[in-house]
Amino acid sequence: MSEFAIVVAGHAALDAPAPVTPRAVSHRAAPANPSAAAIATKFPGAVKRSEVIWGETVVFLDGAQLLDVVRWLHDDPSQSYEYLSDVTAVEYRDAGRPMEVVWHLRSIAWRRFLRLKVELDPAKPLEVASVMPIYKGADWLERECYDMFGIRFAGHPDLRRILMWEQYKEGYPLRKDFPLRGRFSRSEQLRQALSANPEAHYSMNELSIANAFEELPVDMRQRLAKGEKTGE
Amino acid sequence: MGLSTNPDPNVVSWQPQSSDGWVTTSLDFIVNWGRANSLWPMPFGTACCAIEFMAAAASRYDLARFGMERMSFSPRQADLLICAGRVPFKLAPIIRRIWQQMPQPKWCISMGACASTGGMFDNYAVVQGIDTIIPVDVYVPGCPPRPEGLIYGIMMLQEKVKKERMKNQSIRREMEPDPSSQLYIPPSVIDELSEPFGNSVHQTRQAP
Repeated sequence: MSEFAIVVAGHAALDAPAPVTPRAVSHRAAPANPSAAAIATKFPGAVKRSEVIWGETVVFLDGAQLLDVVRWLHDDPSQSYEYLSDVTAVEYRDAGRPMEVVWHLRSIAWRRFLRLKVELDPAKPLEVASVMPIYKGADWLERECYDMFGIRFAGHPDLRRILMWEQYKEGYPLRKDFPLRGRFSRSEQLRQALSANPEAHYSMNELSIANAFEELPVDMRQRLAKGEKTGE
Repeated sequence: MGLSTNPDPNVVSWQPQSSDGWVTTSLDFIVNWGRANSLWPMPFGTACCAIEFMAAAASRYDLARFGMERMSFSPRQADLLICAGRVPFKLAPIIRRIWQQMPQPKWCISMGACASTGGMFDNYAVVQGIDTIIPVDVYVPGCPPRPEGLIYGIMMLQEKVKKERMKNQSIRREMEPDPSSQLYIPPSVIDELSEPFGNSVHQTRQAP
C-alpha cells in the first residue's frame, strides 16, 4: 500500500451485507468482533480476557505485549486497523481497582471497531508503551492522557502537558483524588497562571514565527534562543 | 455670536442667524461624544457568548449603529475589550497582555456569567472572573446574554464614557504589578513582542 492510498470503506469485506444502524443491541450476547479471537490465537497469553458489551468488543491485553499486538492489528491485511480513534484512560472509584488505558481502533477496510484495554496497577508507576511508532496520530492523544491522568507512555518522543501549561504543578486533573477546584487557592492559581510566559507554551519549531526567525529584532532573537521561560 | 448663555455643558448651542457658523460646547463633551460613538471593539470570544456577540454585530441587531462596525482584531486599534466567554487559566496571561497592548483610552466589557464570575465553571481550570486580571467597566449578566443585553451594556458604557472628565487623571492610570515581581513585563517588551500587530503609525501604549 502506498503512503497515500485511498482506503475505501468496507473494501476488504465486499460480500458482507451493507451496514445498517444496529437496533435493540443485546447487552452481552451480541456477536464478538472476530479480531478478538484472532489476537488470542496469534498471541497466546497476551489476552487476559475479552468481552462484548452493547455490541462493542473489549480486549484486555497484557501491557508488555501491547505494542506487538497493535502493530500486528495495524499491519496484517486480515485485520488492517488503519485508524486510531482515541487513547484515553479510566480510573474507578473502587479502591484497589486498576486504572485502565483504552485504545479505540477502527478498521475502515473491514468496517470493524475494536477496543483495547490495559490495566495498570495504581501501586506501581503508571507506564505503558506508546503506539506512536505505529500511529502518528497518537501524539496528542497520549499527551492529553498524560496531562489528565499522569500515565507515562514509554517511547513517546515529546511527552509533555498539552491542555494545562507545562509548569502546572497541581497534579493530574482527571484523577479521582484531584479536587474539582484544584489543590491551590484561587489567588495562588492565578498567580502561577499569570507568571507563565504565553510564548513559552510552544517550542520554536511549533511557532510559525520560527520561519521568520532571522527577521526578528536582535534582542528578541537572543531571548528566544535562550529558551526563555518566565514560568516557574 | 459665539458666547453661550446656557449653563449646561452638555448642550451644543448653535445660532443659525450667525454668518460665522460658530458652535460652542465644552471640550469634554465633544471628545467624549466622539469616543462614545466610535468605540472599536476588540472581541475576545472564547465560548458561546461570542456567538451572541456575532449576532449583535450582524444585521438584525447591527452594532454599527453605535459606531462599532469596525471589529478590531488587533489590540493596537481597539478601544473596547469585549471578553465573551469563559477564560481558562491558560488564557489569563494572554488576555492580560492584550489589555496591556491596547492604547489609552480603553474600556472593558465582561460579557456573560463565565467572564464575570466563572459562572458554572467553578473548577480548577477557569478564572473566576476576569476582573481578577484586568479592570472591567461593565458586566453583562446572562448565560449567554441576548444581543439586547449586550447592546444595553454597550449603551451603559457609552453613558460612562460621556461622563468622563479630562481633569480626572486617575481613570487613565495603568495598574502595573510591582516591577520586582514575576508578573511584571516591562512596557518596552510588550511593545516589542506585539510588533507583528503594529500599524503604520506605530501607536504604542506609551503614546497618550
